[in-house]
Amino acid sequence: MSLESSGVPTVAIHTDVFARLAKSVAHANGMPRMRQAYVPQPVVDKTPEELRADIEGNDRITGRPFMQEVIEALSRPLDEEDLKGMSFERATPRLLEPDSEDNLQRLFSESRWTDLLPVILPTEERVAAMLKGTSHPPDKIVGRLRPTAFREFWELTVEKVAVNAVMAGARPEYLPVILALAASGQSARSSSTTSFAVISVVNGPIRNEIGMDSGIGVLGPYNHANATIGRAYNLLSINLQGGSVPGDTYMGSLGNWYNYSATFPEAEERSPWEPLHMQRGCKPTDSTVSVFFGGWYTQAGYGPRETWKEKMIRCMTAAEHHNPPLLVLDPIAARGFAKLGFTKQKLIEWCAENARMPAREYWDNQWIQTLVRPLAVAGVEPYATRLKARPDELVHMFQPEEINIVVAGGETQGAWKMFGGIPRGLVSVDAWR
Amino acid sequence: MSGRLTVHDPRGYPPKVTGKRLAPRPQSLDGKTLYLVDCLFDNSEVFMEQMRRWFAEHLPAVNTRMIKPRESWVDDPDMRAKVAADGDAAILGVGL
Repeated sequence: MSLESSGVPTVAIHTDVFARLAKSVAHANGMPRMRQAYVPQPVVDKTPEELRADIEGNDRITGRPFMQEVIEALSRPLDEEDLKGMSFERATPRLLEPDSEDNLQRLFSESRWTDLLPVILPTEERVAAMLKGTSHPPDKIVGRLRPTAFREFWELTVEKVAVNAVMAGARPEYLPVILALAASGQSARSSSTTSFAVISVVNGPIRNEIGMDSGIGVLGPYNHANATIGRAYNLLSINLQGGSVPGDTYMGSLGNWYNYSATFPEAEERSPWEPLHMQRGCKPTDSTVSVFFGGWYTQAGYGPRETWKEKMIRCMTAAEHHNPPLLVLDPIAARGFAKLGFTKQKLIEWCAENARMPAREYWDNQWIQTLVRPLAVAGVEPYATRLKARPDELVHMFQPEEINIVVAGGETQGAWKMFGGIPRGLVSVDAWR
Repeated sequence: MSGRLTVHDPRGYPPKVTGKRLAPRPQSLDGKTLYLVDCLFDNSEVFMEQMRRWFAEHLPAVNTRMIKPRESWVDDPDMRAKVAADGDAAILGVGL
């Protein structure tokens, strides 16, 4: 659309499964008549001959010859509608029309304003009570969210975050953590085809003040604060970014269970190492949330036992290459590594050093080709060096600063889990009290 | 709860949408410079090469040029400026 606005007649080619999304993005950018043409999904893994057949076939939406659509899109004269574009407001009301509880639950569910589980309806009284959890005024802008980089940002206020916190069943004292998650700018409901979620880690005194639990079942639905804060983050991401609707504002092929709730506190008091926020320069008295874009893969192990290195290397090299590991160690496992002489940083560096694979495998990954190869070609390190490697030469998959370790768990077992988790920032909770 | 409830709308604030017009179209692509923009998705380079070949075989009077942005999913103003300065039309492709 930027090219079209620069005066260049343009046609965008998409695969058919993205038709609704492509039209919706064009509409939201004021160019609903943006000309588009559609080939069959997928393009990935097809041979040149197969792609040529798609080009010589019919457009998957109109049924007319694909190349005829392309050429006409570039040369068909404009009509009145093409010339005017479309300007419009999309204001949302503060309050909905009064209705019965059953009808409102149905409205929220059918409008896709929920995770399709029942919600607490955000009455004026409940929202007012929730707002007592922060000193900030209801109309203060918290930030902006969008489901993906090519969509428009929506703005969110303290009141709108409180509304979604009520819906999730959260309590007023949790609101500063939920506001900090909203202020991260990272949507927990990305529309990426790679079904991402966001795993968030709470550090500092706020954990104990609001009753979060870093013990038994820490990553599951066993603590009210853990569960509802994570759910609130997902609900506010849906509603304050413009939706999370399959085929339009959500395109994750497989989906992700971590999209229900994935927020937990670090077991700072039972860890042999400094907590996550102190690794980032915060004081122990600071309260923070750190967000990790990922949850695409999950691996697990025990240890460290005699063969822990082999197991850890297998897990790291099995990780998606574009999604560095976030390791969550039960305190028993963490103390085991500490006994072997590892600090958190030393273990991170060991992981980065030993997560290596043949260059041909590394570069064969779909997202490494899409996202990393252009940087490597442009000479950006360390990717440029990886690109120069011979096919069988081992290349590093991750940089130490991309790998993170958090200690949490109930010490019923010396277990660890490894999640895909691209670090996307740390936000102060204290700023939102 | 049997009465009627007044509840908040949970949605955020979308930006105002400002209409943008399409660029004027040429009557024909003959003799024109057409940029084929490889959007860097996996295998899109192969797809765009097949597009280039199609034009060479069926519409040889169209001067096609392949171009790529600096990186995926990030606006590349330099590339856009080049296409706007030297091109008469553009095809963007293709995702997934």
